[in-house]
Amino acid sequence: MAYMTARKRATGMGSAKTGTSHFWNMTISSVALLVLVPLFVFTFGPMLGEPYPEVVAYFSRPFPAIVAALTLLVGFVHFKNGAQVMIEDYVQGLARKISIIAVICISYAAAATGLFAIARLAL
Amino acid sequence: MVQLTLPKNSKIRTGKTWPKPEGAKNVRKFQIYRWNPDDGENPRVDTYFVDMDTCGPMVLDALIKIKNEIDPTLTFRRSCREGICGSCAMNIDGINTLACIYGMDEIKGDVKVYPLPHMPVVKDLIPDLTHFYAQHASIMPWLETKTSRPEHEWRQSIEDRKKLDGLYECVMCASCSTACPSYWWNGDRYLGPAALLHAYRWIIDSRDEATGERLDDLEDPFKLYRCHTIMNCAKTCPKGLNPAKAIQEIKKMMVERQL
Repeated sequence: MAYMTARKRATGMGSAKTGTSHFWNMTISSVALLVLVPLFVFTFGPMLGEPYPEVVAYFSRPFPAIVAALTLLVGFVHFKNGAQVMIEDYVQGLARKISIIAVICISYAAAATGLFAIARLAL
Repeated sequence: MVQLTLPKNSKIRTGKTWPKPEGAKNVRKFQIYRWNPDDGENPRVDTYFVDMDTCGPMVLDALIKIKNEIDPTLTFRRSCREGICGSCAMNIDGINTLACIYGMDEIKGDVKVYPLPHMPVVKDLIPDLTHFYAQHASIMPWLETKTSRPEHEWRQSIEDRKKLDGLYECVMCASCSTACPSYWWNGDRYLGPAALLHAYRWIIDSRDEATGERLDDLEDPFKLYRCHTIMNCAKTCPKGLNPAKAIQEIKKMMVERQL
């Protein structure tokens, strides 16, 4: 228990002078996903259960490949930002910092894996 | 930090059941949270029976009647008894509200009364609002000007004055902040709906000259951006205000000054 005035406790270390860019990025990725997810469902859906050569031929076309790549990229960036907010909400201290680092690493790794798979199919 | 269970010494036990008033025909059952820091006991819920034929219509009327006629140790804050001072905010029937303007006819079944949630309790229905008030003070809830003081008043157009409607009416009862899950988990750093509503009230005041500094102070992942538009604040506000909208307007201004 530290002897602090209520005002000192409320002010803490002051404003971090950041937060709006995170909020704006989340807003932009939300809007982008609003367009990308339906496009992804309608372009990716027809290929479910199709033979490998047909899928490769389909994703060699620019539109389905770009839609899939953008959905993966924007989706994982959105996931990274959203998961960070959730961790900040519910976890504290060192566990908070470790969790945020882990989520960022997992998000970029998952996005890179997805993009690599699309690239292999498309190129 | 999220706490899903109460600590051992905060677990609520069944308390005393007080006798029914003799000869009363119209009796209502009240279950009221009690905790006394001096007796070392866990919190308990006491049961009271109130003769509604000799009681006023509001929950505060019943609480005052219980204190006057049944149990003088029951402790709660109250002052104006007309929804202006914000003193008697408490959790009634699961809703944070003002006991003085919450009618008992709005409640079905037993009347359950608890202190405002997730705040340290001073005694019985009295929460410790020290941090809440300090957060309010930290947003500088006053007119900040740099221009020399005018000879007469600071002038404001009728249109600009209208922008303060729906904001200035806040009585700082803390019902909204203590209904907000984000404030429960991160109340030490998140300013909460009440303080942010007041912050917005001064940000959009046409006479105030510290808009930039005010926005600078709120530019923080915790002070402002813990609001996830859950809307509990707007739902519970006993004055019918919408702090969530005010917070959204602040966020919009934050973006506007960057784009």
